[in-house]
Amino acid sequence: MNLDSVAYVREAPEAEDAPPMLSSGVLAWARVNLFSSIGSSLVTIGCIALIAYWLPQLIGWATTRAIWSATDGALCRQHQDGACWAFIAAKWDYLRFGSYPVAERWRVDLVEAVGALLIGWLLWTNAPRRVWAAFLFFIAYPILAFVLLRGSSVLGLPIVDTLLWGGIFVSLLTAVVGIVFSLPLGVLLALGRRSTLPVVRMASVLFIEFVRGVPFITILFMANNLAPLFLPEAWAPDRLVRPLAGIVIFSAAYMAEEVRGGLQSLGRGQYEGAMALGLNYPLMTALVILPQALTLVIPGIVNNFIGLFMDTTLVSVVGITDFLQAMNNGIKDPVWAGPTIMVTGYVFAGIFYFCFCFGMARYSAHVERILAKGRK
Amino acid sequence: MDPASAKRWSWLNDERARGLIYQILLLGCIAALACGAIYNVVVNMRARGIPMGFGFWNDVAGFDINLHLIQYSNLSTYGRAFWVGVLNTLLVSVISIPLATLLGFVIGVSRLSPNWLLSRFALVYTSIMRNTPLLLLLLFWYNVVLKSLPGPRQSISIGGAIFLNDRGLYLPMPVAREPASWFVGSVLAAIALAFGFRAWARRRQDRTGAQAPTAAVAAALIIGLPALVIAAAGTPFTFDIARLSGFNFKGGLQIIPEMAALVFGLVTFTAAFIAEIVRAGVLAVPVGQSEAAGALGLHRGLSMKLVVIPQAMRLITPPLTSQFLNVVKNSSLAVFVGYPDLVQIFAGTVLNQTQAAVQVMAITMAVYLVISLSVALALNAFNARYALKGR
Repeated sequence: MNLDSVAYVREAPEAEDAPPMLSSGVLAWARVNLFSSIGSSLVTIGCIALIAYWLPQLIGWATTRAIWSATDGALCRQHQDGACWAFIAAKWDYLRFGSYPVAERWRVDLVEAVGALLIGWLLWTNAPRRVWAAFLFFIAYPILAFVLLRGSSVLGLPIVDTLLWGGIFVSLLTAVVGIVFSLPLGVLLALGRRSTLPVVRMASVLFIEFVRGVPFITILFMANNLAPLFLPEAWAPDRLVRPLAGIVIFSAAYMAEEVRGGLQSLGRGQYEGAMALGLNYPLMTALVILPQALTLVIPGIVNNFIGLFMDTTLVSVVGITDFLQAMNNGIKDPVWAGPTIMVTGYVFAGIFYFCFCFGMARYSAHVERILAKGRK
Repeated sequence: MDPASAKRWSWLNDERARGLIYQILLLGCIAALACGAIYNVVVNMRARGIPMGFGFWNDVAGFDINLHLIQYSNLSTYGRAFWVGVLNTLLVSVISIPLATLLGFVIGVSRLSPNWLLSRFALVYTSIMRNTPLLLLLLFWYNVVLKSLPGPRQSISIGGAIFLNDRGLYLPMPVAREPASWFVGSVLAAIALAFGFRAWARRRQDRTGAQAPTAAVAAALIIGLPALVIAAAGTPFTFDIARLSGFNFKGGLQIIPEMAALVFGLVTFTAAFIAEIVRAGVLAVPVGQSEAAGALGLHRGLSMKLVVIPQAMRLITPPLTSQFLNVVKNSSLAVFVGYPDLVQIFAGTVLNQTQAAVQVMAITMAVYLVISLSVALALNAFNARYALKGR
C-alpha cells in the first residue's frame, strides 16, 4: 500500500494520559463537594471561617463561661459573657407546673407519664394492638386526665382551679387536647367535604375555608370573647376551656384538609370493592377507607401536630400561662434580673421547642419512608 | 315479611330519600344552633349593656397610634382607626413577603448547592426555623436584639445619615422637588422602552435566530435615562436626614422597632418554609429535563433559567401563595410586640373600649377572609393559565 495516499499516519506513540484523579477518599470527596470551582471554594472558606469564629464562642457561652448554680441573680450579673443556667434550674418547677400546688404535682407527673406511654404506643409503627392504644388515648385518657388534673371530691383529690395551671404541662395539655378532639372532628369534616350531599358538603367547605382564612389569634379572641356571649349565662365556660375550644376548631380545619388528601389518594377501586362486598357507607368508611387513608396521612398529621404545638404559644394572649408565658414571667422576677437572663430564657425555650418539634419531624419523615416502601 | 310492610318501608332504603333526611337534619341542627346563639347573644349583650349596632364606628377613638399611613390623631373615629390597622397589616405584609421570598429562594437554592457545607448551612437554618415557634422568634428579635440597642444619644450611625437606636431605625426621607415629575416620567419611559426592545428582540430572534443583549440594553435604559435627566435638571429629591434634638430624633423616616422586629421575625421564619417549597419544587422536575437541556448545549445557569425553574414554578406557586397568606395571617402576632396592626388596634384596643365584641370580631375576620379569598381567586386564575394542559 502506498503510504502517500493516506492523509495521516502516526509515526510516534501518543503521550500517555495522566492517571485518573483520585475518585475515593476524603480528599476526592472534598474536591467534589467543597472545592469543585473557584466560587465553591470561596463559599467553603467563608463557611469554615464563620464556624471557626462563632462555634467556640457559642460553646463557651453555653458551657464553660455559663453559670450553672447560684441562689440568685448576683453571680449572673457579674458574669455577663455566659448563659445563666442557674436561673433555669431555679425556675424549673415553675416552668413545668406553673402555680399548680406543690403537694398535688404528682398528679401532673402521672398524667404526663401515662400520656407519653400511650403516645409511644400509638407512634411505634409495629406495636401490637394499636387499636387499643387509639381507644385508650382518644377516649379513656382524656377522662383520666380531666379527673386527675382538675381533681374530684369523690376520689378525695382536692380541686385545683385552672387559674393555677401553667408551664410546660399546659403547653402539652393544649397540644394534646387539640389533637385528641380535632382529629375526629377533622375526619368528619373531611368526609363531609367529599360527601355527595350538597348541604353537608357546603357546611364542611364553609367551616374549613372560614377557619383557614383567618389568623389563629382571631379564633382565640373569638373563643375567649364571644363564646361567653353565645352561650347562656349559666353555661359560661372555664377560662382554660375557651382557648382550648378555639384550638380544637382551628386545628380541626387543618386536620380535615390533611385527611382529605389521604381520602383523595385512595383509588376508586377501594370504594367500589367495598360497595361490591355489600358494605353500607358507615361500614365502608370505618372498615375500608379510613384505616387506609389515615395511615397514609400519619406524616401529615404529625406535621400538623408540630404546627399546633408551636401555635399553642399564642394562648398567652388570652391570659393562659403556657411554657413561653411562664418563661416570660420568670424573666421578670427581680431576684434574677440581669442582662443575661432574657437571652438564657429564650434560648432555653427555643431548645425545648426545637427538641420537641424536631423529634416529631424526624418521626414523620421516618413513617413517610416506611409508607413509601410499602407502596413501591 | 309480608309484602305490605316491605312496601311501607321501602322508601327508607332509597339512598336519595335518606340523603334528603340527613341534610334536613343537619340544616335543622345548624339553624337551631344559630338561633340559640343569636338569642343568647342578644340576651347577654342587653344584660351587659353592650351596644348592638355599628354606631361606635363614628365615635371618637381617643387613643394614639404610633404608626399611621393615613391622617390619624386621637380625635379620629374608630372607623379611621380600623383603616389605619388594615393599612398597617398590609404594610408589614407587603414589606415581609418579597424579603421572605428572596431569602427563601436563596436558602432553597443553597440547600441544593453542590457545595456540601453550604447545603448543610441551609439545612441547619431551615431545621431551626421550622421547629421554633414564630412567637419565640419575635420576642427574641424584639426583647433581646432590638431592646439591647443603645439609646438615642449613643445611636449607631452609618455615614451620619442612618441612625439605629432603641427607638428604631432612622433613614433619610426623600423629599420630592421640582424635577421629580421629570425624573419619575423618565423612569417610566425607560421601563416602557426596555419592554419594547425585549418584544422587538424576541420577534427578531423568532425570525432570524439572532440574539440581542436584552438585559444589558434594559439596564442601560433604566439607569441611563434617569441619569440624563438628573444631569440636565438637577437632583429630583432632597433627603431629610434625622437629627438628634433633645432626647430623641426628629425628621427622617423612622422605622419603629416593633415593625422591625415583626418584619425580621416574619421574614426569617417564612423564608425557611419557602426554602423547603423551592427545594421540593426543583427536585420534582425530572433529572431528564436538565440532562436534555445539557445535551442541547445549555450550561447549568441557562438550563436552570429556561428549563428547570419554569417547570418547578408550576409546583412552587400554590404552596408559595399559601405561605404569602400565612405571612398576612401571622402578622397578627403583632399583638405580642405592640406593632399597631389590625388585630392590635381593632380586635384589641377598640374591642376593649367599645365592648362590641361580636361586631369587632366579625369585621376583623371579614378583612382576613377577603384577603384570603382574593388571593385564592388570583391563584386559581394563575393555575388555570399555567397548569399542564391535559390531553
